Amino acid sequence: MASTDQGVTSPTRARITERTLRQDRWWLQPLTTFVVFSAFVVYATVRAFMGRDYYASPYLSPFYSPCLGDCVEGASDFGQPFAWWPLSAALIILIFPLGFRMTCYYYRKAYYRAFWLSPPACGVAEPHQSYSGESKLPLVLQNVHRYFWYAAVLVGLVLTFDVVLAFRPMPAEYAVGDGETSGIHMGLGTLLMILNVAFIWLYTLSCHSCRHIVGGRLRHFSQHPVRYRLWTWVSRLNTSHGKWAWYSLFSVAIVDLYIFLLATGTIQDVRFF
Amino acid sequence: MSYTLKLRIWRGDRDGGEIQDFPVEVSDGEVVLDAIHRVQATQAGDLAVRWNCKAGKCGSCSAEVNGRPRLMCMCRLSDFEQDETITVTPMRTFPVIRDLVTDVSFNYEKAKQLPAASLGPRDADGKRRMAQVDVERGQEFRKCIECFLCQDVCHVVRDHEDNKEAFAGPRFFLRYAELDMHPLDTHDRRELAQGAAGLGMCNITKCCTEVCPEGIRITDNAIIPMKERVVDKKFDPLVWLGSKIGLRTKDDEGRVEV
Repeated sequence: MASTDQGVTSPTRARITERTLRQDRWWLQPLTTFVVFSAFVVYATVRAFMGRDYYASPYLSPFYSPCLGDCVEGASDFGQPFAWWPLSAALIILIFPLGFRMTCYYYRKAYYRAFWLSPPACGVAEPHQSYSGESKLPLVLQNVHRYFWYAAVLVGLVLTFDVVLAFRPMPAEYAVGDGETSGIHMGLGTLLMILNVAFIWLYTLSCHSCRHIVGGRLRHFSQHPVRYRLWTWVSRLNTSHGKWAWYSLFSVAIVDLYIFLLATGTIQDVRFF
Repeated sequence: MSYTLKLRIWRGDRDGGEIQDFPVEVSDGEVVLDAIHRVQATQAGDLAVRWNCKAGKCGSCSAEVNGRPRLMCMCRLSDFEQDETITVTPMRTFPVIRDLVTDVSFNYEKAKQLPAASLGPRDADGKRRMAQVDVERGQEFRKCIECFLCQDVCHVVRDHEDNKEAFAGPRFFLRYAELDMHPLDTHDRRELAQGAAGLGMCNITKCCTEVCPEGIRITDNAIIPMKERVVDKKFDPLVWLGSKIGLRTKDDEGRVEV
């Protein structure tokens, strides 16, 4: 498996045939990452192409927000400029969060290890004969990460707006008695959306490109006290960037699943007030 | 309390070698280097091992313990079960000289290729000044003890001997980042970092950070910031436009590309 005569078995190195002498379960982390990411990709792909059951008033699935295509009534809070789009409306906007995560410095680490085995774990020889990293096409394109971050901020604002809308009264058909549809509403869906948008913001603002943009690129912190302060805040969040990546991945899928189950009538929303 | 440790050590040189068993008496509180020294004193007087401070500060006793790059002097035996076998080998990225000693001159060659700081003119009173907040930023990078464990674990050169020429490695990206963040340095090393030092080859899989005995967050605080700085210089059209029409801060002014 190890790259013969190129890596740890090349002629000048200590003659050891094993590709690794690690005795711990080093394969567990990449395997877990592989399984969970694959499951998410399958789920997200199915849901994105489904093109239905993404809106259960007042909740809009994050996979379809903003809903700019030919969406169901009430789902398009920003108009339908792509009403001519023949496929699922999710495909119009998912490219941005997808691009943000695909080029994310944390996800890169995770999928290079789990999917490309480059390396599978520290001190475990990778199976590839040659390696050029991110120095050539197509991987040199990972350098566009900051542009996806700009887009991710916009998506984050839209999702925040969706949370505000999730406090709207439910439509009349859900009303239990008189006055149930007036005033504000909060249900389990609202709560899940709040948690989701919180994780999305923590993930977005802890981004390495964000850290660079707000102040990391400076050479004189002393001359930019406000940007330095922002940088220290982002730096604090940044230490847990991987954690926010995972939490937000789960939360976005859970919110979508909840709304799917509501929209298909499988469950009823748990209403708090 | 003492017990017999099932210790295995790689012995040999560039012509060949093998992992040999050296069961050795050890005591609570000892580290792997203590066990190695006892083997040297009692069983294999010619065992080659490089060491010096025994305090995790000189960076000499780098090796691989159960396949993981470690400083032998900082690797406690109490971290292992008493009946566990511990295998110690030399670092597997560098040419072996003998037993646990490797030739780490690759790193010194890379160090030579990195232009030193070039400071601007002094203040009127003959002094140079940096604000405390700017001084603090580089302190983390200066904790590096040059044990070269990060260089050893980096798969770019560990698994690809042919990349050694084009790739400086995490220890030197740390240095590139430190200098690039230095407010008094007048060199602009961003092109050099991406070109000659091969920063683009790093795929940020963070093994360097995992093995650093000083706990330096090499990837998050040095390599990724350096990659972002290279993006500013080479890949971001908005940054280019902003600097042309004067919208960028003048933070980078006065630097000369090397």
